Amino acid sequence: MSNAIKEPIAPPIPGPAGKLIVWVDARFPLMSLWKDHLSEYYAPKNFNFWYYFGALSMLVLVMQIVTGIFLTMNYKPDAKTAFASVEYIMRDVQWGWLIRYMHSTGASLFFLVVYLHMMRGLLYGSYRKPRELLWIFGCMIYLALMAEAFFGYLLPWGQMSYWGAQVIINLFAAVPIIGPDLAIWIRGDFNVGDATLNRFFAFHVIAIPLVLLGLVAAHIMALHEVGSNNPDGIEIKKNIDPTTGTPRDGIPFHPYYTVKDIVGVVVFLALFSAIVFFAPEMGGYFLEAQNFVQADPLQTPAHIAPVWYFTPFYAMLRAVPSFLGSQFWGVAVMGAATLILFALPWLDRGNVRSIRYRGPLHKRFLAAFVISFLVLGYLGVVPTTVWGQLPKALPLIGGDDLATWVARVLTIVYFSFFVLMPWYTKKDIPNEKPEPTRVTY
Amino acid sequence: MSAIVLNDVDPKKRRTLVIGGSVVGAVVGVAVAVPFIGSMFPSERAKAAGGPVSYAIDKIEPGQMVTIEYRGAPHWILNRTPEMVAQLGKNDALLADPKSEGSKQPASAKNANRSIRPDILVLRAVCTHLGCVPSLRKKVVPADDLGADWPGGFFCPCHQSKFDMSGRVFKGMPAPTNLEVTAYRFDGDNIVIDADVKGA
Repeated sequence: MSNAIKEPIAPPIPGPAGKLIVWVDARFPLMSLWKDHLSEYYAPKNFNFWYYFGALSMLVLVMQIVTGIFLTMNYKPDAKTAFASVEYIMRDVQWGWLIRYMHSTGASLFFLVVYLHMMRGLLYGSYRKPRELLWIFGCMIYLALMAEAFFGYLLPWGQMSYWGAQVIINLFAAVPIIGPDLAIWIRGDFNVGDATLNRFFAFHVIAIPLVLLGLVAAHIMALHEVGSNNPDGIEIKKNIDPTTGTPRDGIPFHPYYTVKDIVGVVVFLALFSAIVFFAPEMGGYFLEAQNFVQADPLQTPAHIAPVWYFTPFYAMLRAVPSFLGSQFWGVAVMGAATLILFALPWLDRGNVRSIRYRGPLHKRFLAAFVISFLVLGYLGVVPTTVWGQLPKALPLIGGDDLATWVARVLTIVYFSFFVLMPWYTKKDIPNEKPEPTRVTY
Repeated sequence: MSAIVLNDVDPKKRRTLVIGGSVVGAVVGVAVAVPFIGSMFPSERAKAAGGPVSYAIDKIEPGQMVTIEYRGAPHWILNRTPEMVAQLGKNDALLADPKSEGSKQPASAKNANRSIRPDILVLRAVCTHLGCVPSLRKKVVPADDLGADWPGGFFCPCHQSKFDMSGRVFKGMPAPTNLEVTAYRFDGDNIVIDADVKGA
């Protein structure tokens, strides 16, 4: 924005449509937005498979908003009628089953693409300077997404909705001093009930989506300010072609990456449709069997597990024993596991960004981190007794559940990736490979 | 009329006004937040619905347990048999808090049996770990899935916390404290659960 009076642009296309664009552009930054974010946004030309997931996250976000709007047309946020209204959507509303399954499948796939998107950041060091804020906005999106998923999961008012919310809200009750009152305030009643359902509906359909959209806008603005990273982790802006003034290793996002992303979208939608039409419940991982039973405050299901995307953190929560008469420690560990992501840009002391040029220590720690996350995810789904007990003869830990101890060790591995990062990335510097000056494929 | 010139700005006055304006704005912001945050606490109707509930105890056979709802949470009234009461004293060494020092109960129930009458046990049926409802698991011969030495008590299916027949948690469980005893009183043949009961 400048204070000079804006000169009208030349019509980009002939005819009345071109004149309309000129008219609009004199009153709204149409062409500059188009150029800055699409036709003249130069992205590195060596994007690979990992670079599909940002665009796919946006696609799923739009699908969730659209299907969500149509679900609210028939859903009733009332403890007496909520469960029946979801069944009504599934059985009586024209295409209701499809819209609901798109929404429930979309929730799981949202996390899938976001986890892959975050993994890309870890692999290629996309969080490193100058992309710290971009990474932080991304972490905030992840937190908002978890809140959105949590609030949304209560709405069908099934047994797992109810007891999942019960467990998570009681995490807040473990906060010292203010905990019990805080939990009552969150619920709006002495127990999870109609008041809770009603407010979770408000959070799910308006509050969090607004926050999410704002954060996504900030994420993209920050990205387009600093430019995209790439699998080599080198700055394409360091090598500008003086005749064009654009990066030699960059290509305009549109049409090159819009076309590439369409390929990704088609493959993704094929997978998405296969799930929606053939396995919408995904064997209980996307929609749990217990959630087809109406919420009953007097009857806890035999086994409570959150939906798969929360299970790594849930496994950590379960693994931490109560200490000094408080179970706040488990809650603190679970919270720290998500919040520690924010610190990543300042923990990494390596000279190179990309996994391609990192030393062996970093690669091992990253591999251990990924394995710990996946195994914790598995352990969060199953009961702690899944692997039986340790032999009674063992000192101190004999007779304990083996899975609990594995989860404890993996929780430490998870945190080591972050806490030890300043040490191992620095120690790795002599073993790093030299970065190329131009991007490679 | 004179044109506005930046040099005319008195930075000291401007700073005072900015700080003053910010403070007033912050106070107004907090004041405006009060009704919104307040609206999220339980409504008068929700509070009224949390009044006392009563149950006729002569309807409960020895060894039988009934579950009633109070403030949206299940509550148990268990009529313990003499064998169950006798077992309680033998568990102490295995318990995390045998004397219920760090647990929640009214003073009238802070005793060996965690009850006003030795046989009648009242518990808030909500696990102190994460709020699941445990289930009654009596001592069964031969041994059941909780092991040959299971003395009888309560078992939480969510994270496998175990409690004895007075709701006291065993050592090494995820649950940090014993199950909570909600305040109650006897009124003739009725037991009245009332968290606000006086002198409890």
